[in-house]
Amino acid sequence: MKKYRVVIVGAGIIGVSIARVLSMYENFDVSIAEMEPDVGWGISKANTSIIHPCHEEDPERYPLRARLCREGNSIWMEWVKELDILARWPGELMVFHSSEEEREARKYISFAIKNNVPGVQVIYRDELQSYEPTINPDAEGALYAPTAGMISPFEAVIAIAENAIENGVKLIVDTRVSNVKITNHSVVGVDTNRGSIDADIIINAAGLYADHVSHMAGVARSFYIKPRRGEYIVFDEGVDIKPKKILHTTPTPTTKGVYAITTVHGNLMIGPTAEDLPVDARESRTTTENGLSYLLKEGGRILNRVPPPSKIIRRFAGLRPEPPQGEWLIEVYTDPFGFVNVAGIRSPGLTAAPAIANYVLKLMIKKYDITLVKKASWVRHRKSINRIRELSLERLDELIRKNPSYGKIICHCRTVSEAEILEAIDRIIKIGVKPTVDGVKFRTTAGFGKCQGSFCRWRIALLISRKLDIPLHSVVIKRSPYGLGDVKLLLRSRMVNKT
Amino acid sequence: MIERKVSVMVVGAGPAGIAAATKAAQLGLETVLVENRDILGGIPLQCVHPGFGLHYFKEDMTGCEFIHRLIDRMHRAGVETIVNAYVHSIEFYSQLEKNVNVVTQSGILRINTKTVIYTAGARERHLFELNVHGDRIDGIYTAGEAQTIMDLYGVLPGKDVVIIGSGDVGLIMARRFALEGANVKAVIEIMPYPGGLLRNIVQCLKDFNIPLYLGHAVTEIIGSKRVEAVKVAKVDEDQRPIRSTEFEITCDTVVIAAGLVPNIDLLEKIGVAVDPRTKGPIVNEYLETSIPGIFAAGNALVVNDLVDYAAEQGEIAADGAKIYIENCGIPTRNWTRIKPGRNLRFVVPHYVSRERDVVLYARVQKPERNVYLSIANFKAKMLSLRPAEMIRIKIPFNRILEDNHRVISVEVVPYE
Repeated sequence: MKKYRVVIVGAGIIGVSIARVLSMYENFDVSIAEMEPDVGWGISKANTSIIHPCHEEDPERYPLRARLCREGNSIWMEWVKELDILARWPGELMVFHSSEEEREARKYISFAIKNNVPGVQVIYRDELQSYEPTINPDAEGALYAPTAGMISPFEAVIAIAENAIENGVKLIVDTRVSNVKITNHSVVGVDTNRGSIDADIIINAAGLYADHVSHMAGVARSFYIKPRRGEYIVFDEGVDIKPKKILHTTPTPTTKGVYAITTVHGNLMIGPTAEDLPVDARESRTTTENGLSYLLKEGGRILNRVPPPSKIIRRFAGLRPEPPQGEWLIEVYTDPFGFVNVAGIRSPGLTAAPAIANYVLKLMIKKYDITLVKKASWVRHRKSINRIRELSLERLDELIRKNPSYGKIICHCRTVSEAEILEAIDRIIKIGVKPTVDGVKFRTTAGFGKCQGSFCRWRIALLISRKLDIPLHSVVIKRSPYGLGDVKLLLRSRMVNKT
Repeated sequence: MIERKVSVMVVGAGPAGIAAATKAAQLGLETVLVENRDILGGIPLQCVHPGFGLHYFKEDMTGCEFIHRLIDRMHRAGVETIVNAYVHSIEFYSQLEKNVNVVTQSGILRINTKTVIYTAGARERHLFELNVHGDRIDGIYTAGEAQTIMDLYGVLPGKDVVIIGSGDVGLIMARRFALEGANVKAVIEIMPYPGGLLRNIVQCLKDFNIPLYLGHAVTEIIGSKRVEAVKVAKVDEDQRPIRSTEFEITCDTVVIAAGLVPNIDLLEKIGVAVDPRTKGPIVNEYLETSIPGIFAAGNALVVNDLVDYAAEQGEIAADGAKIYIENCGIPTRNWTRIKPGRNLRFVVPHYVSRERDVVLYARVQKPERNVYLSIANFKAKMLSLRPAEMIRIKIPFNRILEDNHRVISVEVVPYE
């Protein structure tokens, strides 16, 4: 059996899903090169977090998208259990307000039939409130799709990455691919800012930069990704509007649907906007005044009441990689041999990710004539960090007796203990990543609450500084250190300059 | 799970909590004080500047000195304290029993108490509560966080600093940064007048030549890895930015000092009635909330600008707890509702019995000079009132209110 050295470019949901699938077999020796300091910090971090039922995918226009979205929806139901990822399956209601919108919504029934999506039906106003009490009573009806789910998307990436790494995948972060090396029409490796990596197969899952990587390999030269910005607003957990189901507006030719959901972490979230940015604006995650007012307005169309803006605790924006004509570019090339594009994976990319991973493997088997050999010792399951937030007091009491660190609360808003923070730091180190305060935040939700970290950021930073044995000021928050140095730094440098 | 029974449970060992616990113990009540940090004292621990204790101890002290004097006094009074103790939940069982579930490193402590004095302080308003757009990047700190890392842990956050908000914490931090050699480029205040005490405007900004932009707002934060600049604009009367006046200030650090909000999540969960003006609980003259036997004091009750008042409120609440315990509840009174009238943002407490002198805390909406504070036929002359300076005044309600007063408004009126 030939063992292929595989480099996956990008540790987003697509990259880690492919890594997990490949890690099941003896045939591959997989590394992931990620340009960010941690996994899932690109497109995967900031999106609506929905696992779509697949009744919105046009099977004629986008057959691949429709097929993989439908498959992905079912696979996630297994993956979230295997990998202990926070998820809910409440179903969704596509709210319509007019006969025109109803016509649009009804269009998706035929998609649902063709895509084999179960349970899709129209609910009218008289029944709507019993399906969802928080829905706007002016709505005429809604298209119900019971198989819609939601997950914590960043937790999903982390969970899959941890599992893949446990199964032998290597992760290299802070590593930006600058060149795809090709000899005799075959890929031989990549150059990066941290040296080159040899490879027989290069899988391009580089998200917003996948067009660049594809061009490095000399394929799909006319393929360009346009960043599309989506803004979101998140409300305090304490607000009384908490939809049980996933609610969203009916998409129209001019506007995309806006969602109102209660996230898996318990916050009302409204979003996204959809704003096409210039091709080079691939780091533009700014929030805008227009975005905020649009979301409040659209939220009002879905919900019976939008909480006051003063209850917003977080605003963020993510970028989605919009490919030409909305068409995913999934292709396994024979020239150059060993190059694989998984590019332009726009919505429903999160839903389809596990199915995309299986599909990519199938294409590779066919094109590269691989005979798969299953690993005897592949580990299917991964456990999440033990969270005390939802525990009963009795269970928490037992846990503290075993490990007193569970009894020391670091994040007061979301009840996150020191033990959880320490476990997050250990897990970050274990996958080969440098611990950051943001890395801990996305693994524990410490800092997600009402005070947005003003009481816990320094506590988390202190724990990291002790663990790594580095000064507090050099602990990295997201991408830069907490402080410039010790508090007398500037005065001391002035003294030195004077003398 | 360990179970305990006490008479008074104080939540939060800042100035209000320590003063409350001390007083309760001095009144002979079995008292326990819990604190979620690993040290007693709360926010004053990180306040290395003076201005503390002028009213309470008739001495000018730093925050650290003030709080240590309070802590020493509390130890002499024999209060039991528990640190690293996080209040998970409060359960109201009956008029005479509340269960407070506390997470500690030795397990869950379930404290059965007759009264709770809630003194959990305030939290800072953060970036997302302001109308600031742009990037969510490193280099943005709340003022309290910046103060914590500078004065408790010796970390310098940055060197070119813009401060949003001219409340006292913002002003104090402007000076702290300046004293450490940082360049404080601007303090940006959305209101047409400063948010902090006059003495702080002089001592923290003027003395250090730090520019104060009144009637301006930061509209956007710009940067890729860390803050690189902020956009600032003048605002109109409704505090909306005027885009044509927008300009940029380069900086590497943004400090948000845009005010405090009482930290009353635990009380809201058990249904305590909240005053939308103070964002703290509605209380009677004993500082008892709408839930019998649960008292509030300090910044959890109303955001104070002087620590002295927070401590005073703690003592008032302890007195209330004593009366509550002796009478199995605060005896029914013919309560008069106190309402804020002309040019007042709020008045605390909200209900008075008309049977004794009561200290009122209030804040004006906008600065005004040569006025009276007026309640019924009672008038107190005030030379100058500013929103930054809380009014504290003892009112002899027993002498000024008639029996038929059910609702009475407190007003600021100009000299005739």
